[in-house]
Amino acid sequence: MNSDNNMNDKLRIDSLTVGYNGKPLISGIDIAVKRGEIVTLIGPNGSGKSTILKSITRHLATIAGTVYIDGKDMKLMTGKELSVQMSVVLTERVRPDLTTCRDLVSAGRYPYTGGLGLLSAHDREVVEKSLERVNALEIADKYVTEISDGQRQRVLLARAICQEPEIIVLDEPTSFLDIKHKIELLEILSNMAKKEKIAVVMSLHEIDLAERISDKIVCVKGDRISAYGPPEEIFSDRNIADLYGLENGYFNALLGCIELYRQTGGEQYFVIGGNGTGIPFYRALRKKGIPFTAGILQGNDLDVSVARPLAQKLICTEPFCSVTGELMEEAKKAVDDSVAVIDCGCPAGEYNKANAELIEYARSSGKKIYGSIGEIPEVDI
Amino acid sequence: MGTVKTSNRNTARYCVVFLAFFVLFAVAVIWNIRSGSVSISVKEIIDILFFGNTENTVAYNVIWKIRLPRLLLASLLGGALSLSGFLIQTFFRNPIAGPFVLGISSGAKMFLAIVTILMNGIFSRMPLSITVISSFVGSLLSLLLVLLFTGRVKNMSMLLVIGIMISYICSAVTDLLINFANESDIVNLTHWSLGSFSAASWQDVRMSAYIIVPALIVVFLMSKPMSAYALGEEYSRSLGLNIKLFRVILILLTGVMSSCVVAFAGPISFVGIAVPHICRMLLKTSKPILMIPASFFCGAFFCVICDLAARTLFSPTELSISTVTSVIGAPIVIWLMISRRRNEF
Repeated sequence: MNSDNNMNDKLRIDSLTVGYNGKPLISGIDIAVKRGEIVTLIGPNGSGKSTILKSITRHLATIAGTVYIDGKDMKLMTGKELSVQMSVVLTERVRPDLTTCRDLVSAGRYPYTGGLGLLSAHDREVVEKSLERVNALEIADKYVTEISDGQRQRVLLARAICQEPEIIVLDEPTSFLDIKHKIELLEILSNMAKKEKIAVVMSLHEIDLAERISDKIVCVKGDRISAYGPPEEIFSDRNIADLYGLENGYFNALLGCIELYRQTGGEQYFVIGGNGTGIPFYRALRKKGIPFTAGILQGNDLDVSVARPLAQKLICTEPFCSVTGELMEEAKKAVDDSVAVIDCGCPAGEYNKANAELIEYARSSGKKIYGSIGEIPEVDI
Repeated sequence: MGTVKTSNRNTARYCVVFLAFFVLFAVAVIWNIRSGSVSISVKEIIDILFFGNTENTVAYNVIWKIRLPRLLLASLLGGALSLSGFLIQTFFRNPIAGPFVLGISSGAKMFLAIVTILMNGIFSRMPLSITVISSFVGSLLSLLLVLLFTGRVKNMSMLLVIGIMISYICSAVTDLLINFANESDIVNLTHWSLGSFSAASWQDVRMSAYIIVPALIVVFLMSKPMSAYALGEEYSRSLGLNIKLFRVILILLTGVMSSCVVAFAGPISFVGIAVPHICRMLLKTSKPILMIPASFFCGAFFCVICDLAARTLFSPTELSISTVTSVIGAPIVIWLMISRRRNEF
């Protein structure tokens, strides 16, 4: 092991085995987190993300291996030593009676206050700053029992910030949040990591967000860590489908979007798209249960990435190439086999003039041609 | 700006509430001392208490030998009872938990019944110390039994049901014992189980003060960990709180105080649930550092008033203290349950 490297790690997890009641669940966990880094655990429900996080925060006894903070074995630290190093946002329900959000956030000062827990002027200042940080100043005087789940999540984050830790561990911090607040929360975390050099370890359900915010991704798959590394290495279509056991859907790693699985069999449509115009039609047809051929697309067209998982057949050129005669023949044949053709209204240009020809061909052979989603008839599946 | 205003408003509220407690308590004390079968004027009371120049009059004896120890015992035990209620509510994070809901008093009664019957041949009249010790042991035993289930049951409402069941079992055993005992043997037990501050002596006051005052100080010093504990187990642990140790200390303090009450005054219903709740409503906070002194003062005031009612309402017949506390306390608990429905516990 390279000791120089290890010294830089704020948090280092070394061949850790975690589990409940002494029964190992996941073993061989090796994760290193530097200051300012965000490391995210992803994986299906029940795969053990929370178990790992709880072992890092010492809520669960580890079975084997060591967790180091600044090179020091966490087991040997006192509760107080650990509490000034690490704060947590957990999934545990917190609804203390008659406690205002400000009181709840103030609890984060616990490691710093004296015997009776009275807040100093400095403590109060940190509390206000933490509330401001998560935009919770306006709800600060409300009782914790009166606010929404999303607001509570923000207040809990403020509490964790208020503890002035060097490591923050969050277990699914974005659950209960709407998309705006999800982004806001991740933004706050990202800023804290980058500006204050706080090490962030968390679990997320939203793999697309995980890909965008994290410096490293840990894939937790039931009994093992199936992959660990920077997101650009981890996020391949195959990896994600494997991790989550995706059979009825598809995760586009490049765009970070999810498509439900394609429809096959039965009478099919031919969709003439391009430049992103095809995507809403592809998705509408999938919803209606109609299989389709997508064509003729440029290999580098945006439509391709959605058509690939959804279309029964995809007719596309090599990137940046014109349509060959052979491809045109294939497309014409597919039009012959279709009950109707959809013209998505993609503007015609130098490279896709073949599509105009194809629409003309369909019209002359008497195919129905639709130009909007509303025109597509419902079919019985 | 808003913050400063709110925090000033809160501080003002706390001051007003504590000042009101103090004034009300002072009024209750004076009222309590002067009323009864022998009426004593306020001037006389002051003379007797502070100048001692009317020694050996009837009033002097009534005050120093009867009313003052009774008043002090009622305040001490009332405060302790209310505070132990607050502790047990903190422990279970449930505002309707109370020392006696969890079977502490029935456990004490059962144990006292067993001891009374076993010791029957030895003493003609049970010495106070044995009553105190056996009810103390009994209440701790039932508390431990409830705690045994705490580890298994995550749901707090379920725990309350278990507490109530335990108290039924204890009552059944007690009734069984009483069925087979002679009437004369269990006079002591019957008298005890009615609950009363009557016949309070200076010895009682001293003994209970030795137990309650140190416990009160320790409780106050624990207000910081208590506030962290309210966040839930995982959060409080991440703040560096030693949960196991904290729980043991908390439960011991609760046990010591509530069984002290049971031992000296018998079971007194509803004070432990109702009074902390009244305090919470008045202070509009559950911060332990405020709730601890508030619960103690308010409990003392509540019991002094209830004791006054118990001995003067139908004088010369004296009511048991529980009769009065139940009439006042039970409606408060019902109101509490209904008003909290939204916050599901």
